[in-house]
Amino acid sequence: MNSLIITSIEQGLIFAILAMGVVISYKILNMADLSVEGTFPFGAFLFAKFISMGMNPIVSTLMAFCIGTLAGLLTSVLFTKIRIKPLLAGILTMTILYSVNLKINGKSNIPLFSYDSVFNLGNALVVLVIIVLIIKIILDLFLKTETGYLLIATGDNESLVRSLGKNSNMYKTMGLMLANGLVALSGALMAQMQGFADITMGSSIIVVALASIIIGDTIMKNSHKIENTTRAILGAIIYKIIGGIAIDLGLDPQDLKAISAIIVIAFIFYNNSMADLLELRKRKVELRNAKNSQSVQEF
Amino acid sequence: MLKIVNLSKSFNTGTENEIKVFDNLNLQIEANKCTAIIGPNGCGKSTLLNLIGGSISPDQGQIILNGKDVTKLKEEERAIYIGKVHQNPYMGVSPSLTILENIALADKKGEKFTLRRLIKRKNMDRYIELLESIDLGLENKLNTKVKFLSGGQRQSLALLMAAMKHPDLMLLDEHTAALDPRTSRIIMKKTKELIEKYSITTIMISHNMRDAIEYSDRIIMLDKGKVVLDKPSKSLTEDQLLDIYRRRFEESIA
Ligand SMILES: Nc1ncnc2c1ncn2[C@@H]1O[C@H](COP(=O)(O)OP(=O)(O)O)[C@@H](O)[C@H]1O
Ligand SMILES: [Mg+2]
Repeated sequence: MNSLIITSIEQGLIFAILAMGVVISYKILNMADLSVEGTFPFGAFLFAKFISMGMNPIVSTLMAFCIGTLAGLLTSVLFTKIRIKPLLAGILTMTILYSVNLKINGKSNIPLFSYDSVFNLGNALVVLVIIVLIIKIILDLFLKTETGYLLIATGDNESLVRSLGKNSNMYKTMGLMLANGLVALSGALMAQMQGFADITMGSSIIVVALASIIIGDTIMKNSHKIENTTRAILGAIIYKIIGGIAIDLGLDPQDLKAISAIIVIAFIFYNNSMADLLELRKRKVELRNAKNSQSVQEF
Repeated sequence: MLKIVNLSKSFNTGTENEIKVFDNLNLQIEANKCTAIIGPNGCGKSTLLNLIGGSISPDQGQIILNGKDVTKLKEEERAIYIGKVHQNPYMGVSPSLTILENIALADKKGEKFTLRRLIKRKNMDRYIELLESIDLGLENKLNTKVKFLSGGQRQSLALLMAAMKHPDLMLLDEHTAALDPRTSRIIMKKTKELIEKYSITTIMISHNMRDAIEYSDRIIMLDKGKVVLDKPSKSLTEDQLLDIYRRRFEESIA
């Protein structure tokens, strides 16, 4: 049981990086970027390539991040320059990455057991906590900078960004690149943890990321001070622990995907119907106010 | 001063839905004055403001702002000289950010955005002073997200954000139309205060004849993309203007 929890936390921390990436595209930029399904294994295969070329595992992992950002650049070019809808742009990038991933090492599955990994630097849990904390702190600091706020404003109201004299597409590109870089980094770490890179490892990963984000948001609904990054991290860990326990109790791992999707559907349904309810109530109040002020005017 | 020279604009060119909104429009807008544009729905008021603001580009003609031809400048390039407030109060603010964060963003308009912190202690007093100037108590709600404000508060904030860097030109597109009548009056007063305080050349679209007369120096009436009336506001009463408007547009409907 204990080792199950530790494994779940370790995997949760890896998925926390994925979730922080998806926070940028989905929550901040308000875009459902499906390319991450390709970017996650992309990171894994890039790591496999560099480590097998004899590079050090830290450098190989960082390279996966850097080259992973290019996936975001591609989606963004499809979207902002060729004006393909974001959803399709993401799917096209994912499709291209599928072939690219197979080409990188010429195989669909690369064992990595014989190579060095970042987890040889120390206890895996400690290494992961440090990596996740570094990313969280950098991301939080970035989102408080002038540029970071412009990224948030881009997801909120592009016309405001243009009225400030900035090209909002540039900030979308930046956000998507950062998001995909983090997803690739997460994939590279997953490959090292499980000891192989595999072409299928990205399948439905977007649902895992969304489920993590949604869980994180829901459990801390009433504490507005908590950053999105913290929520994503805790959400991913809780998601993995619950999933781990469920499987331990006899749930077929194959069913976990459907359950994750149902979690996402249920929470989005709940949030939307709450929003509708609030909107309705607000409109009634506004209507009443308008009537009141009208009568004041007439008076 | 703003000069509009031989401006033409059509939508859906070459299709059966082609709409010619402007055909060789010429117009001069004096500096430091408020010009009201009135006219029925679809006569081209918003299109004119969008052409000036750069969110759409003309088929032909020039837009010259203070002697500089801005026709070829992208929306974000000419935004440095222009402040805009739309009908929808959400258009001028970032709703998920706080009042303080919105003001701080607006304060960087036209400048370089770096990797330094946006909110700096040394600017706080100035932000608070700016918010105090619109007299809604927003300075006491610095950390409230803008989406939780009322429509009127949001629009006042949008107005302040558009005006605080003293743009050469302010474009107001029915910016009080979505508000209840009382709030609408308050926002009009604040608008006047702000544009006078910073002496900003203003073009204001309005459906309210009383506002048009009361708050502008000059009234231009558009009909199908043509100027059909152009008079100093002081030379008209509200009733006269309403009469002209009704005769022109209600007869044409009949
Ligand atoms: N983006 C657009 N595409 C097609 N037609 C448009 C577009 N914008 C405005 N129009 C048309 O141009 C005409 C003028 O519209 P608009 O300037 O919005 O009118 P107003 O603001 O005076 O009510 C209308 O017939 C409108 O349907
Ligand atoms: Mg209009």
